[in-house]
Amino acid sequence: MNRRKLLRLLSQGLALGSFAKLSSATGQAPSPRSFSEKSFESMKTLGAPLREYGERSEFEKEVVRYISPNLRTRHSGADFTPLEKLEGVITPSSLHFERHHGGVPSVDPAEYRLVIHGLVERPLMFTLQDLKRFPSVTRTYFIECAGNGQNGYRNPPDPTLTATRSRGLMSNSSWTGVPLAILLKEAGVKAGARWLIPEGQDAAAYTRSLPLEKALEDVLVAYAQNGEALRPEQGYPVRLVVPGWEGSIQVKWLRRIEVADAPVMSKDETSEYTDVMADGTIRAFTWVMDPESIITYPSGQQAISRGFHEIRGLAWSGHGRIRRVEVSLDGGNSWKQASLEGPLEPLAAVRFKYNWVWDGKPTTIMSRATDEAGNTQPTPEEFFARWGRNNRYHYNAIQAWHVGADGKVLNGDKALPGALAPSRLGAAGRGGCGGEA
Amino acid sequence: MGLAVALSALVLAQGRYQIGQPLSEEEVRRWNVRPSVLATGAGLPPGEGTVDQGAQVYAAQCAACHGGSGEGGAFNRLVAEPFPVTKETNPRDFAIGNYWPYPTTLFDYIRRAMPFATPGILSDDEVYAVVAYLLYQNGIIDGSQPMNAATLPEVEMPARALLQLDPTTQKKFPWITLP
Repeated sequence: MNRRKLLRLLSQGLALGSFAKLSSATGQAPSPRSFSEKSFESMKTLGAPLREYGERSEFEKEVVRYISPNLRTRHSGADFTPLEKLEGVITPSSLHFERHHGGVPSVDPAEYRLVIHGLVERPLMFTLQDLKRFPSVTRTYFIECAGNGQNGYRNPPDPTLTATRSRGLMSNSSWTGVPLAILLKEAGVKAGARWLIPEGQDAAAYTRSLPLEKALEDVLVAYAQNGEALRPEQGYPVRLVVPGWEGSIQVKWLRRIEVADAPVMSKDETSEYTDVMADGTIRAFTWVMDPESIITYPSGQQAISRGFHEIRGLAWSGHGRIRRVEVSLDGGNSWKQASLEGPLEPLAAVRFKYNWVWDGKPTTIMSRATDEAGNTQPTPEEFFARWGRNNRYHYNAIQAWHVGADGKVLNGDKALPGALAPSRLGAAGRGGCGGEA
Repeated sequence: MGLAVALSALVLAQGRYQIGQPLSEEEVRRWNVRPSVLATGAGLPPGEGTVDQGAQVYAAQCAACHGGSGEGGAFNRLVAEPFPVTKETNPRDFAIGNYWPYPTTLFDYIRRAMPFATPGILSDDEVYAVVAYLLYQNGIIDGSQPMNAATLPEVEMPARALLQLDPTTQKKFPWITLP
């Protein structure tokens, strides 16, 4: 430090009072009760110039999707949206959860074609430009992997769980596309058609079965996400958006739709994405996502101090709008109504909030959502009365967070009696879509 | 103006936009490089394969990931011991013999997506053969017949008895029945 700078520092220190001096002199970040002259530096020089495509702040680089270190491969699996690090309801496209079965293909939009064939009057082929010429629809919908919540099957619960790892296989975007009903009308669906078999242009040539009725109701052939082209990992250039239904049926990199009189019973609707129930039966075509909510602040691995906090969280349901979200501040003994931040769109995530003054005593907080069809999130006990302990999908039970006396937040779910040994049902035993196999 | 209105009325006759290229059935076939195989057997190609042939295909193309005889390795187990699947079966043990409800799914999926890193390299005969081998390893067929478009859809899978339609789906779509 030269003499002139030292003099300047000293004079500023005198001017500002002694609390600014220490942090400036040591070059470390000031305590939250102080500030440093470093804050003034950006006012003395020009900032960065214009640039063609924006990037987030260099200080936000730790806000990333969670990729489990235990995956068998990164070409088939899932990663999680960092829910507790985001605000509002729209998931930034770069942070939308991923789930794919054979890696992310690179599809040249000039080469891209969508073919509709099978039980139709006119088999048709569309280019990307063709699809964009049709009347368009823009709607906000959540997409949720059927395996979201899979950590809830762990017993005893993982104390280090975060909101990301609890429910981060749900993302919420504004989608733009052409209603599939319009394309089907263009091709002319023949009598006897009941099913659609969409296929992806990935290495898994991923296929599923979709009832024609749902397609005519609200399915989109989407080419834009949050105002720009789809991200490659969300299906660039074209994907299906099947509102309210499990993510795995919303085929990405859509290249072909066969109109048929029967379902295909593909691998991902028979040996995956089917549900083992408590009575030992296995359920097929469990498409609709039941209501869910999760408190994102304060949530697992965060820490809070005594005083005011706005409890924040997300709620969504595949049955329609969220009608209400309740929060409990006493481990589920009593419930209070949270406020919902509008607009309340059907089949889209909504932000809920509750003003809370924490008195510093240990407690367990939780949220539960009820949708307009009257479905309410179950407790884990209620959930497991119906669903098998070894199921892999559709876990939607209430998530609890425990706030300790030190303000540290941990998973507040309780171990359930009659559990299988954790060694038999640890994360390693799970299917791929949970993202932590 | 008048012409534009008349033109749009003409284009939208029958509620269609007249966008998209009509394809011949031959052109559709050329685009449909991995045709779907339905539970009815619709879509199964000509050709066939035996258990012995399948053992060779399996050893060369599948064993590295799924274990020497389907017991699982880096990737999923294919041969099941615990049957039936119960609410206590570890999902790690879900496999063809105890969880897969339709034999045709094996052909559809293996031709469609396997081997994992090089999908599409197996001939239809090789796919039939490896399907035969996997069904045999799971104790579902005795290996006396080759697998082909006639025999494969007739194979009875043990897990089919456990499979039921989701009640929410049944309520919304009363016409749906599982094959």
